[in-house]
Amino acid sequence: MSYIEFLSEHGTTLLLGTVTTVKVLVCSIILYVVISMIFGLMRLSKNPIIQGTATVYIEFFRGTSLLVQLFWVYYVLPFFGLSLEAFTAGVVALGLNFGAYGAEVVRAGILAVPRGQWEAAFALNFSPSKRIKNIIIPQIFPIILPPAANLTVELLKATALVALVTVVDLTFEAKQINSITWLSAQCFGTALLIYYIMARFALVPFLRWLEVLAARKVGKEKI
Amino acid sequence: MEMGWRWDFTIEILPKMAIATLNTILAAGVGYAIALIVGLFFLLGQRTPSKIINWINREIVEFIRSTPLLIQLFFVYFVLPQFGITLSAWLCGMITIGLHFGTYLSEVYRGALEGVSKTQWEACRALNFSTTYTYRKIVLPQAFPIAIPGMGNYLVGIFKDTPLLSTIGVAELFHAATAVGGYNYRYLEPYTMVGLIFLVLSVPAAMWVRKLERDVNISQGKIKK
Repeated sequence: MSYIEFLSEHGTTLLLGTVTTVKVLVCSIILYVVISMIFGLMRLSKNPIIQGTATVYIEFFRGTSLLVQLFWVYYVLPFFGLSLEAFTAGVVALGLNFGAYGAEVVRAGILAVPRGQWEAAFALNFSPSKRIKNIIIPQIFPIILPPAANLTVELLKATALVALVTVVDLTFEAKQINSITWLSAQCFGTALLIYYIMARFALVPFLRWLEVLAARKVGKEKI
Repeated sequence: MEMGWRWDFTIEILPKMAIATLNTILAAGVGYAIALIVGLFFLLGQRTPSKIINWINREIVEFIRSTPLLIQLFFVYFVLPQFGITLSAWLCGMITIGLHFGTYLSEVYRGALEGVSKTQWEACRALNFSTTYTYRKIVLPQAFPIAIPGMGNYLVGIFKDTPLLSTIGVAELFHAATAVGGYNYRYLEPYTMVGLIFLVLSVPAAMWVRKLERDVNISQGKIKK
């Protein structure tokens, strides 16, 4: 069977799988960004209980394998009476795992804002919320976006794992087609290509655009 | 089905898990060794004067880095036999991990080489040292400490990605847990144990890498003791 024939027969299935992959990606990006912000801030708290909780969370999720976490959420949580749908389980595991990495990025970003900025905002008698919202946060984005972009590309690659807990995404479809047709080179090759196009020509340019936007906002031009 | 943690079951499966843990460590070690060498080849491709080779090298690295390890594993495992190359699951796993993380390590090497100040090269030229001598005696001894933290990070990274090998049937820790769990219809203990074993092994490793990173920064004079 030629490759064109293969595509005309299985292309739609693979594309439908791609749509699911994009859905998983978008949901887990939202979740991981929120978690990163919360735990990144908690990590900087002066309260030892809050800081300790964040540290334990971060070390735990960075110390174990994503696949193990995913299977734990999907197969073990039902033991405690919490059954999640495959899609939800996948998004939760991805969000929690990448949130732990993201929290460290956020923490480093906040620490990288020069001390003088805090002091100046304090000296000008801005309220604490105004200090954070108007002075610190706009300066954090240009610092954390490049490492966060790397993390997000890693996240796109990691979404492939949700296929293993029966989410019908691109990887799942490729595996399925492979087991029916045994045209391994075509199915997995096409899947690799689709992931590559998504990463290189959609996600990365979008993240670069965000970086430029954030840099421009604080008056730092970026090429 | 009995709810809650069962200690007798835990102890019963412990020997199996321990042996499988050794397999996981072995897989990570071998994969890492291959990745270290593959990384050198990608570095070479990056630093050759030929623009075409540079470009091809960069595109290959970019492709491998932006596609999931899981599908690369399937690709190597299922496609090679179609070309008459039948390799064991172990070998396929090691090759794929080596290739995948080799691209990351080549970036670490590159960063380390670029971390050595340009003036060092200029000084060596002024002293009429040969390129080989410059690399061997001047540049590499300075680049190596810079590369150590990155290299350590990817060792931990490979270790945490070894569970993926279970999908093509490599008998490592996660594979053992799935097998035991499926046999006894109990996933609570096996999967929790896998998580704990990973935690026990990789958290100290990651802390050690962070300490190395600090030591390197101190010796480079970037931070004070």
